[in-house]
Formats: sequence, C-alpha cells, structure tokens
Amino acid sequence: MIVLLGVALVVIGFALRFNPLLVVTVAGIVSALLGGISPLHILDAFGSGFASSRSVTIAFIVLPVIGLLERYGLQQRAKQLVSQAAALTAGRLLLLYLAIRQTTAAFGLTSIGGAAQMVRPVIYPMAEGAVMREHGRTPVAVTETIKAHAAAADTVGVFFGEDCFVAVGSILLITSYVNTSYHLKLDPLHVAIWAIPTAIAAFLIHGFRLLRLDGRLAAMIHEHRA
Amino acid sequence: MITAEWIYWVLGGFFLIVGIQIAFDRHHKLRRTNAAFWCLLGASMWYGSFVRAPGGEPPPMHPELPAWLLGVAVIAMACIAGFGFTGHDRVHTTSEHEREAYATQKKNWLFVPALTIPLVTVLVSVGAGKLLINGKPLLATGSATLVGLGVATIAALFVGWLVLRPRNPGVAFTEGRRLLESIGWAALLPQMLATLGLLFTQAGVGTQVGSIVHHILPEHSRVFAVIVYALGMAVFTIVMGNAFAAFPIMTAAVGWPVLVEQMGAHPAPLFAIAMVTGFCGTLCTPMAANFNLVPPALLEMRDKYGQIKVQIPTAVPLLLVNICFLLIFPFV
Repeated sequence: MIVLLGVALVVIGFALRFNPLLVVTVAGIVSALLGGISPLHILDAFGSGFASSRSVTIAFIVLPVIGLLERYGLQQRAKQLVSQAAALTAGRLLLLYLAIRQTTAAFGLTSIGGAAQMVRPVIYPMAEGAVMREHGRTPVAVTETIKAHAAAADTVGVFFGEDCFVAVGSILLITSYVNTSYHLKLDPLHVAIWAIPTAIAAFLIHGFRLLRLDGRLAAMIHEHRA
Repeated sequence: MITAEWIYWVLGGFFLIVGIQIAFDRHHKLRRTNAAFWCLLGASMWYGSFVRAPGGEPPPMHPELPAWLLGVAVIAMACIAGFGFTGHDRVHTTSEHEREAYATQKKNWLFVPALTIPLVTVLVSVGAGKLLINGKPLLATGSATLVGLGVATIAALFVGWLVLRPRNPGVAFTEGRRLLESIGWAALLPQMLATLGLLFTQAGVGTQVGSIVHHILPEHSRVFAVIVYALGMAVFTIVMGNAFAAFPIMTAAVGWPVLVEQMGAHPAPLFAIAMVTGFCGTLCTPMAANFNLVPPALLEMRDKYGQIKVQIPTAVPLLLVNICFLLIFPFV
C-alpha cells in the first residue's frame, strides 16, 4: 500500500505546480525506496531508463533545419499563403490538418507531422494568418488559443490514427501481452480493426469543436476590443 | 548497418554543439548552468549506447559501462533544470521585418526543405528495409522510422543550405539552439517520465493498484465491470502518462478474469477499445510530456498546460463513447 505514496507525490507535485522534472525525480526516488530498492539500483534505473528511452527526444533532431527556415521567413511565408485563400479559416485549416494527420498515421506514416516539424513552422502560423486576415492583429489570449488548438489537432490526430495501423506499439503490446499471458492467438490486424470506431468518433468530436473554433476566436477578439 | 544509435549520436552532437556555443557566449545570463545542462545531455545521449537496458539486454555498443554513472548525470541535469538554472536568453536572429522581406523574396522555396523531412522519412522507412548491401539490410529492423527521420533531417539541412544560401552555414545550429533553449527543461522530461514508469513498476505500484481495483469490483455486473475497466484505464494512464503501462495492470485485474472469463467478452474488440480508452487519459495528463508539454514549450506558449486544457473537452465525450462501445462490441 505504502508504495502508492509515490503516485500521490506525483499528483500533489503537479497540482502545486512544482517543476515537473523535480516532481518526477523525487517521486521516482521515494517510491523506489519505499519499494525496497537499494540506492545504487535506483541510480542504475535512472541511467538505464534514460538510455533505453532516448528515442522519445529524437524529434528535436529537426530543430536546426526548422530554425534555419524560420530565420528566412518560413512562418511569414505560411501566413502570406493563407492570406490569399479566403475560404481557409483557422478552424477549417486545423480540421484539414487533423484529417491528414489521422489518415496518414493510420497507414503508419506517423513522422509526417509533429510539433517540431509541422505545427510550429507551418500549421500554427497558417492558422494565425487566417485569423489575422479576418480580424487584423490578434490579442495574446487568442494567439495562445490558436497555438493550443494547433498542437491539440496534431496530438489527437496521431493518437487516434496510429492505433488503426497494424505494426504500431499499442497494437503489438496488446497482442504480445495477451497472447503470452492468456495463451490466445490474437492477430494484430484483428485488433487494429477494432480501433477504427473510436478513431471515427475522435475525428467527429474534435472536428466538430474545430468547426466551432472560428466563432469562438471571433467572440474572444470582439470581447477584447470592447 | 545503420542503427538507431547513429541517430542518437547525431542528436547528442547537436546538444553538445549547443552547450559549447553557450559556454562561449559571454552575454548569456545563465551561461555556466545552461552550458553544463546541454553538454551533459549531449554526452548522455552518447553514453547511453554503452548502458544495459532495464530488462537486462546487453548494451548496443561495446564496452559496457556502468548505468549508475549515467543515473548520477541524469539526476544532476534534473536538478540544474528543475531549480530554474536553465532558461532561454535572446539568441540573435532576424527581425520580423527582415523575415517578411525574405519570405516575399524566397516564396514557396521555403517549403522545399520543410517538406523534404517527411518525404525522405517516409521513403527511407518504407523503402530502405528492402535495400541490401553485401546481402545485409542497410537499416536495422525496428528503427526504420527513427533512422528515416535522422537521414531526412540531414538531407533537409543540405537542401536548406542550397535553397537559402546563408553566408555562414553554421547559422543553422545557432537557430536550432534558439528553439532548443525555448524548450529548455521540457527536453529532458519525457525521458524522466519513462524512468519513473520503470521505477513504479519495479516498486510494485502496478500490482497494488490491480489488487485495489479487484477489491472494489462488485460481482456479476457487466456494466459496472466495463466502467471500472474503462475508467481504470483512463485514470491509470493519467497517473502514469502512458496507456501501455495501464493496459497490463487493468487487463490482469478486470479485463481478462472478469470480462472475458466470467462474462464471455470477445478479446479483440475488448482489448483494442480498452487501449484507446487509455488514450483518452493521455490527452489529459502532463505526465505524457512528449505529447502535451513539449509542444507548448516549442510554441512558446505562456500557459504550459494550455494544450491539455484544449484537449480535455474532446477526451471526456470520447471516453463516454468508448464506454458505450465497450458495452456493445465485445458482447455481440
């Protein structure tokens, strides 16, 4: 029972808005000590945990390219392009991105989008450009909302797309875990098919919210000016 | 054979360049701690190649080096960044005005290097598995996407230099540093969370939660069992930041013994929908830092929880839809 204190520490730490790095480090050490793991083994775990999870930071590798392109006006060009396409509002643009992200991820092409590769350099500036075309300069709160929605469209798209793909981690985890634990013979394809209803539901729910985004942003700008 | 290790070394090299740049930047306000942080992170990416995996698999490269030393470095980095000794300083870059002028001048050529990244990634990860050199595959299996992204970035960098012709090509790394410094401590968090998951598992947190869930479960109620399974997946994912950690625990406690064995649910739809129910939890949690905290840092948002706040109104209705799916599909 007492090992659950580590979980409680995480919840409390995040709730009190301590720096997440410290929260995670302290919670990890505390629950390991309570679980009877020796200090040297804890250090070992931090080391091997870091080494084996290096792939999660791999997206940062694109930053020199994106930085270089930003220096020469990539974000500005994205805005200029959108300013010529009157039908493309921020909400519709993000809906289109959600659709593309989800479909490509469903075919296993998860590295097509992403916060570093697509959202910061192209998608967010385009969405903001579309709002600026309509309303002129945007207040900070509106910019924040656009950024948050651009990032969210990317995450929702990739999550509920990739799980329809046969060779993705979550599907393989299910089949390998239940097939070894319970002596089943589940086929990955058979499991992946059942992720499709949820994928469609996710697209409908999030897409509906994106279609209403333009109205919300307009209201925010209106309120700010009043 | 090109393996993921090569790409980790390239990324580590980029972190080291950033650290060294900061070390020589006299105007940087937090010069020493920032330089130490990025150099340590870069060196750790390299050192990680020589460390044994948590399961006991031998390290990808020889000789094997002690993991605890890397552990000390990781905790040191967490302290430097956690106590606020990293932070971004203004890196000299072009002004908004200059960028507008460049954008008008370079036009859509600017998109060419940007689109090179996904294009080459896909080509490499799909095609290179079939590429043989001396009868051996060019890419290691299982790391095709990762290697693809690395190769694509290097290709895009050359395309970028060709299209934009900067006077000093090294400016790419200064600009990369600008973005990396704006991410700051969030760059280390995803890996720290992976480690936390490992420690939780070793300390037996999962089995504890499993036994609690088993105790509160009323017997013979399909609706209750489904709701406990679904909410357990979502809540446990919120705490652990990862549906992968929640799935074995909740399935061992409820999914298999109660829903499949007692109530005769079909395994394929039950487990698939349970997993995506966990994903609803992922949308709501700062513990999934890579998806929910790194993008706001990268976009330089003021509210680092801003993205999560936008995702919750999608996650909650989707969770309810999933509960309905779980009540229907596995039982027809």
